[in-house]
Amino acid sequence: MKTETITQANGSKPAGPKPWYDPRVRSIFFQIVAIALVFWGGWTLVDNTLSNMESRGISTGFGFLEESAGFGIIMSLVPYDATMSYGRTFLVGLTNTLLVSAMGVVAATILGFIIGVARLSSNWLVAKLALVYVEVIRNIPLLLQIFFWYFAVLAALPSPRQSVEVGGSAFLNNRGLYVPDPVTQDGFGLVWGAIAVAIAAVIGLRIWAKKRQLATGKIFPTFKVGVSILVLLPVLAYFVAGSPLEWDVPALKGFNFRGGITIIPELAALWLALSLYTASFIAEIVRSGILSVSKGQTEASKALGLPNSLTLRLVVIPQAMRVIIPPLTSQYLNLVKNSSLATAIGYPDLVAVFMGTTLNQTGQAVEVVAITMAVYLTISLLISLFMNIYNRAVAIKER
Amino acid sequence: MMKTKSIALGMALAAGTFAASNVMAATTLENVKEKGHVQCGVTNGLPGFSQPDSEGNWTGIDVDTCRAIGAAIFGDAKHVEFTPLTAKERFTALQSGEIDVLSRNTTWTLTRDASLGLNFAGVNYYDGQGFMVNKDIGVSDATELDGATVCIQSGTTTELNLSDYFRAKGMEFKPIVFDTSEQTVQGFSAGRCDVLTSDRSQLAALRSKLADPSSAIILPNTISKEPLGPVVRQGDDQWFNLVKWVLNVQINAEELGVSSENVDDMLKSDNPNIQRLLGSDGNLGEMLGLQHDFGYQVIKHVGNYGEMYERNVGPNTPLGLDRGVNNLWNNGGVLYAPPVR
Repeated sequence: MKTETITQANGSKPAGPKPWYDPRVRSIFFQIVAIALVFWGGWTLVDNTLSNMESRGISTGFGFLEESAGFGIIMSLVPYDATMSYGRTFLVGLTNTLLVSAMGVVAATILGFIIGVARLSSNWLVAKLALVYVEVIRNIPLLLQIFFWYFAVLAALPSPRQSVEVGGSAFLNNRGLYVPDPVTQDGFGLVWGAIAVAIAAVIGLRIWAKKRQLATGKIFPTFKVGVSILVLLPVLAYFVAGSPLEWDVPALKGFNFRGGITIIPELAALWLALSLYTASFIAEIVRSGILSVSKGQTEASKALGLPNSLTLRLVVIPQAMRVIIPPLTSQYLNLVKNSSLATAIGYPDLVAVFMGTTLNQTGQAVEVVAITMAVYLTISLLISLFMNIYNRAVAIKER
Repeated sequence: MMKTKSIALGMALAAGTFAASNVMAATTLENVKEKGHVQCGVTNGLPGFSQPDSEGNWTGIDVDTCRAIGAAIFGDAKHVEFTPLTAKERFTALQSGEIDVLSRNTTWTLTRDASLGLNFAGVNYYDGQGFMVNKDIGVSDATELDGATVCIQSGTTTELNLSDYFRAKGMEFKPIVFDTSEQTVQGFSAGRCDVLTSDRSQLAALRSKLADPSSAIILPNTISKEPLGPVVRQGDDQWFNLVKWVLNVQINAEELGVSSENVDDMLKSDNPNIQRLLGSDGNLGEMLGLQHDFGYQVIKHVGNYGEMYERNVGPNTPLGLDRGVNNLWNNGGVLYAPPVR
């Protein structure tokens, strides 16, 4: 900056180097060349693939997404039947992947935190049990664990006719867990409204309690009161509206149960395996996070008279989170990608439905694989994005 | 200096691209002769069709179809190498040139013929889709299967047939789709599904894999046509013709009574049809780009169609399948090969 002002002030430019000797020009030039090469390489790949496929008579393009699929899928969160399009099968596969991933992330996080804390427990037995869990689970290949849970679960369960009855309306057999399906009737809107009001009330309560605590130092039992509001208000609304809910109870017809909601064993096995496996890694991450908080912090908190639970919640965990979040993000990413192992046990996830059956019926491998890869990339980038935002929120604020 | 480097890199890339297209320009037959073997795509284990034993020797009707091609080109049946493929991988393996011929109980359909850049070179087994059920559920006909849970292998035409059949009959079903036929059987024997569906020939083989084969029965219904045969890449007519005519020669040989046992005597036969078939007269083999006696080599080393059938899937094998429609046209079947002349 300084030199520039000086040159301008003097009004005369010193004879600069010729452009091709100017390091700045050269660096820009080479960057342009590099970008051009990358694009040329990519374009050549795409162009070559397309022209080669055309010359060999392989159909290309995305028109197949609108053709009718004609095959059945055992489980779908969106309405689906065989007359719908291949585009729909994509949606079915995607939602199934997202479902098992979301369930897995939640369960793995909860279990991982519990086991991570247990690893550091002063109780010898608890700490060693957690150690054994971590070492056993994380050192067995995930695919084997999925097979184990699938066939262990299946072998342990009875056939539909000998179903285990749970409370007269839920049934468990080797075709899955059949539970009654709540069918909302007119007037159920009131319950939804009550739930919304309850959530708003709890948020308001939290803000008020925090303000009061800052002003007076008095602690309000926000958690207990909050839970009561969340439960009581909707229940009250439900009875005021005259119980507007009917249950579609599963019943044995022919040789299988019909009606109700089915949780298929494939989903259960995959969820179990993914959660248990990822939890063992998360446990170690949590342990490392907690250990990274220096002992002085705990001692200072104790010296201030905070009980153990508050020390953990207000002093240790917030500082540990800074260490935990980045590796936790990659565990979430791993879990989502590992969910594609579903195809081995017949859970209809994106890879099984779209990259399996759809690819085979249409034969358009390049398009289908490209779409599938793009989906996994997008899901992973989104998770990274949200975790990074959260990370920024808990990271050390330099003031 | 840097500039020259990037230009050199660009040229190397371009050269690589051209080189790749040059390799593909050689015909399949030339490639096969050069590498000294036929690369053949098969299943990863299906009794009667393509199955390796403990020493890695492959047997099966699909395997023999490949060996016959090898015998026609190289004059003995050893110049064949096998690539085990799942149903999902098979077409990509053929399209990409990883294998020269796909002989993997693959159903000939219009979509596959027209949109995959592949050609079906004939039919070496006429099959149809059927159902295997556990005896306990007390079903004797497929029309009683409403609401059934069905185990099925992914990447096969069976998935569509199954859905079509149940829809046409107004019945419901739940498909459990596994990756390999091994897993499908495992799912069936674990009781995950009531029904296992596949081509009838496979059902017999899969049933023999159950811990207690008598616990399952195969329903009498056949719900689809499944003509299975070898597949080649589109755009190489010479190779397409070769594969097609090796199979036709085997079928014609059975019709003419030429087998691997009597083929040496048959060389002296007066029958002009046999003379042309075995190459003791004419140069039909050279028209295909082969030796004039390719027919003799195929029959000598692999045998005629009937031998191939009896050896792998016939009544005296564990599969125990009758010839049925897979018999010659003059014997009550549908095998009718164009004449070798």
